[in-house]
Amino acid sequence: MKLLWFHLMPYTELPDDFKEKHPSVWVDIDSRLFDPVRGHHMYHEFMDELEHAADAGFDAVCVNEHHQNGYGLMPSPNLIAASLARRTRDTAICVMGNSLALYNPPVRVAEELAMLDCISGGRLIAGFPVGTPMDTCYAYGMNPSQLRERYHEAHDLILKAWTEPDPFPWNGRYQQLRYVNPWPRPVQKPHPPVWIPGGGSVETWQWCAERDYVYTYLSYFGYQAGQATMNGFWEEMKRLGKDRNPFRAGFLQFVGVAESREEAMELYREPAEYFYDRCLHVDARYAAPPGYASETTIRKRVRSQVLQAANRASDKAAFGAPSFEEIVAKGYVVVGSPDEVAEQLREVAQSLHVGQLMLLLQYGNMGPDLTRYNTELFARKVAPQLRGLFEDEWENHWWPHPMPADARATPREIAG
Amino acid sequence: MSGPEERSVEVGPPGRRHPRRVWTRGEGEPVGVLAGLLGYPVWPAFLEQLAGGRRVVAPSLPGAPGGGEFRDLDDLPDWVAATLDLLEAAELRGADLVGLGPGGALAAEVAAFAPGFVRRLVLVAPLGLFDEAEPVTDFWARRSSELPGTLSARPEAFAREVLACPEGHDAVEWQLGQVRALEAVARLFWPTCDRGLAKRLHRVRCDTLIVHGSEDRVVPASDAKRFADAIAGRTEVRSLEGAGHRADFDAPAALAEQVLRFLE
Repeated sequence: MKLLWFHLMPYTELPDDFKEKHPSVWVDIDSRLFDPVRGHHMYHEFMDELEHAADAGFDAVCVNEHHQNGYGLMPSPNLIAASLARRTRDTAICVMGNSLALYNPPVRVAEELAMLDCISGGRLIAGFPVGTPMDTCYAYGMNPSQLRERYHEAHDLILKAWTEPDPFPWNGRYQQLRYVNPWPRPVQKPHPPVWIPGGGSVETWQWCAERDYVYTYLSYFGYQAGQATMNGFWEEMKRLGKDRNPFRAGFLQFVGVAESREEAMELYREPAEYFYDRCLHVDARYAAPPGYASETTIRKRVRSQVLQAANRASDKAAFGAPSFEEIVAKGYVVVGSPDEVAEQLREVAQSLHVGQLMLLLQYGNMGPDLTRYNTELFARKVAPQLRGLFEDEWENHWWPHPMPADARATPREIAG
Repeated sequence: MSGPEERSVEVGPPGRRHPRRVWTRGEGEPVGVLAGLLGYPVWPAFLEQLAGGRRVVAPSLPGAPGGGEFRDLDDLPDWVAATLDLLEAAELRGADLVGLGPGGALAAEVAAFAPGFVRRLVLVAPLGLFDEAEPVTDFWARRSSELPGTLSARPEAFAREVLACPEGHDAVEWQLGQVRALEAVARLFWPTCDRGLAKRLHRVRCDTLIVHGSEDRVVPASDAKRFADAIAGRTEVRSLEGAGHRADFDAPAALAEQVLRFLE
């Protein structure tokens, strides 16, 4: 099983009365709450944490893209990934990812990800998210009725740009270019592994199956709520004649490890409550622009009682923060001693049948010391209990193939 | 009310022809009506009132209830062509035309792109302009509980009579119909509703009535004057006291009377 260390980079100093005084953490959040001097320190702490995770032996470090929000300070994950490509050696770099429809032309994504693959020596995982409604339709003004069409066209263009050796014209529905010919090209051939983060739409599952991409379910609501979605995914894979290789699927899980469960409950209460109370305080106005979800998805969501229950759990958490006891009881955050966490995560991986486990070990206002503690304890005492899972039975076809270590460049040390 | 005569017209280029609903009711010279936000899932009181004075012909715009496919329309020329196709199929070339909200913007586009196509024009709370100092409300970014109060001055009645699923209909499909209608408007007008109409209004040469509900919480009152100032033809601006953005729902009889008087 692969263990990926994922940073959302939340703004950690939203005020205590944020939820009462501000309608939304996203889109129209008050910019006066952002202190650039504190931002300077947060970015460095967060990047230290990612580098530390790489040093601690996680298989990959992950970054992602969000706009106009206090939930995640990475409008451009590629900037962070570029630094990680220089400051880490062997860890895979998972950019999870670039919201394809927001780049004009989308060739920009082909270029930047090829740069990252070159700089990192072929360690890149290319995530292709559609993007949240808040990011795409509201912050970036993308048309919700055209978002997915543009996304799919951008995907096709990027893949062709990576793999077609000669310059070619592109006369698409939304993009017209006479000369597509990006320099550089990726190290990995035919291209870096493509992972698709999704929210549970059938069309996305089918598309991942068709293209043989990894589907990752990035849920804030833990494995219990994720079960219905992942069951749906595997049923669809079966229907489409795909094997049950667990490395086809990724899942995101919040984790808090300490020496004992009691200590973990004490340490992770505040950051978890901060996350569910402030980082997820999204105004419902920005949650469902018409056309963002397909009619098939809406019908399925409304008609499926199981999914309805999962949605209710999500809605409740998104728009009325749960208590820490509830957060833990429902498995949104897995907390405990190393053995307890390992046991629960083994259950998560097995019950959801996911081989690419993305871990949030920093969340909410968790500071650098606690993040380091959580990361180190996980790496030393939890990870060894999970490694090897699925690997004797299945091959991970969706992992980067970097250049040999001794063939890769060595960045110079920073002087002084 | 006994309701309109309903037929379906097939319009669009070869290979992409789509059926769209056309309602007809009343006697006399035809007057076309392009519906506002959410369209008309059932024959409404406003059209019934209007049909008391004229032969009302109400074709459904793409994506609105009865309007059929719209996701092959990508930009303004596509939408104007689709609207012209629809109006021609409904035999409304040269007829008077009433457009409400997004239907008003499209009616104005048709009059600008095809002078002579529209005889006289009535725009009720038309979308199509955007002033940063007095912006059109982002009616898409509403919580479901806020939508009635955004669109109507009679929010409770609007929620009950327009939004709620009537008996005998599938509740999921009813709700999807509303989402689809809002998506179709988004497809053309997202995010500001401004597709450059201000640059073309000088080509609207026909007599034009602009009606604005005094309680409209979507389109600013000043837009009525902006339309009137920019349109080359003779213009009249009327306020409809107590009516919200969906003035056709809030004040169907008064609106029909204003329209009929202008078109006399």
